[in-house]
Amino acid sequence: MQALTISGLTKTYRGSVHALKGVELTVQEGDFFALLGPNGAGKSTTIGIISSLVNQTSGDVKVFGYDLDKEKELAKSCIGLVPQEFNFNQFETVLQIVLNQAGYYGVPRNVAHERAEKYLSQLDLWEKRNARARELSGGMKRRLMIARALMHEPRMLILDEPTAGVDIEIRRSMWQFLQEINAQGITIILTTHYLEEAEMLCRNIAIIDKGLIVENTTMKALLSKLNIETFVLDLQGETADVSLSGFEYRLLDSSTLEVDVAKSDGLNPVFSQLTEQGIQVMSMRNKANRLEELFVSLVEAGRKESV
Amino acid sequence: MSAGNNWIALTTIWIKECTRFLRIWIQTLVPPAITMSLYFVIFGNLIGERIGQMGGFTYMEFIVPGLIMMSVITNSYANVSSSFFSAKFQRNLEEMLVAPVPTWVIILGYVGGGVARAMLIGLIVTVVSMLFVDVHIHNLAIIVLTLLLTATLFATAGLVNGIFAKTFDDISLIPTFVLTPLTYLGGVFYSLTLLPEFWQWVSKANPIVYMVNGFRYGFLGVSDVNIGLAMGLLVLFNLALFAVAYTLLKRGTGIRA
Repeated sequence: MQALTISGLTKTYRGSVHALKGVELTVQEGDFFALLGPNGAGKSTTIGIISSLVNQTSGDVKVFGYDLDKEKELAKSCIGLVPQEFNFNQFETVLQIVLNQAGYYGVPRNVAHERAEKYLSQLDLWEKRNARARELSGGMKRRLMIARALMHEPRMLILDEPTAGVDIEIRRSMWQFLQEINAQGITIILTTHYLEEAEMLCRNIAIIDKGLIVENTTMKALLSKLNIETFVLDLQGETADVSLSGFEYRLLDSSTLEVDVAKSDGLNPVFSQLTEQGIQVMSMRNKANRLEELFVSLVEAGRKESV
Repeated sequence: MSAGNNWIALTTIWIKECTRFLRIWIQTLVPPAITMSLYFVIFGNLIGERIGQMGGFTYMEFIVPGLIMMSVITNSYANVSSSFFSAKFQRNLEEMLVAPVPTWVIILGYVGGGVARAMLIGLIVTVVSMLFVDVHIHNLAIIVLTLLLTATLFATAGLVNGIFAKTFDDISLIPTFVLTPLTYLGGVFYSLTLLPEFWQWVSKANPIVYMVNGFRYGFLGVSDVNIGLAMGLLVLFNLALFAVAYTLLKRGTGIRA
């Protein structure tokens, strides 16, 4: 089943700002889907319309088959939203915030209490249940918004930059949590500026720019478009000079070499040439910028076409 | 949502609203008690003794219903306008907007919170007034009905103000420039019969005159206006304002881009 179907979605703000110019998008049930785009591309407007915070100018949105205009309440019940900015009452306690959210969805109080304990515990916030929201750290606030969005047990969770400003340890625990709930069947739509996050978590991806979807495919298919990968090689000892014919390379410091390798060439010629020069490679890693390169090239290509 | 779900959503909003004004009781419940005590001491006791009788009652007895009503009006209005605007400003209103809460439930929840605060303050001011004067009750049903209708009306008006407001200044403009003058000119401190005929006629265009007089009738059994007309107008104003608030929220005015 399709979790989300968007067709011909347009949004024109006052002052004739055309934020969306006919977005077409489909997300399958159970997917972990990335919606990427540069700032001002239309990501937040799209999410705003799906979650009923922004009125569309034209077009249709269906959530699990429910039309957002004609069956608004049923469509809304399927969605949990984790917005980009903290939007809870800073003076309320953690527990009050999640219980109130459950109440807005008509969840009985006793059930809401059970769910509050479940989700706050899973997100390491149960100990903080009586703390006021303003007393929480940035990472805790982000996790509180995830717990709040799950209180009515939605079929689809939309996260708008959920890990912005969160340290790597908490970010990884949030990734793990999201993967777990996705494995339980919750469809997840994610926007992020951390492209490695999208690469690691998402199976399908859409890139939006200037109010239009410029790419909508699987993560695998998208990454396969990348012809050149960059590798970082840690060299033994101090090396003053390296020469690699047929490759773009940079000696970052006396023991770190960065090499761009075309998929057709493979890595063997690099190692052969280094061995000939008496340079030993101790370890190697893929520079995690693959999606970033693609993202930039797709967005730039779209802009050149529209000039 | 089903009726049961709507009831849960409604009580959630209402309890949240009541918790809010009770949490900041020092800002919401204490000031009216102090202000009204001052009114009773200065206008009722000190100046009132020199004024003598008004409408067949001591001046203190005459102004008590009006002063209770004044507190009810200002507090029901302020509660909803500030709470709704704060929710809009802090964006936690979005918690409700993303949920399948019907528009009428949001209105009733917020207005219910304003009415609860107004009722509590009405009770506090009544208790304070009993320290200064023996409170008569002529018709309890009229008292409760007028109180409820007035609190509901001004709570809804506060909601409309909150919907339109873009800054915190916007929620203080109406109380300062509209509500306070209308309340003072609404017969709280004087009987309309003291005015020249032309100004009596002008005063009857002020809706607060009907509320103050309806309420005063409940206590003292005297009124400058017809009680049936006063109740009828109050119901009419309530329905009209509810329709305005419903249309604005449904359309997303001030809350959805």
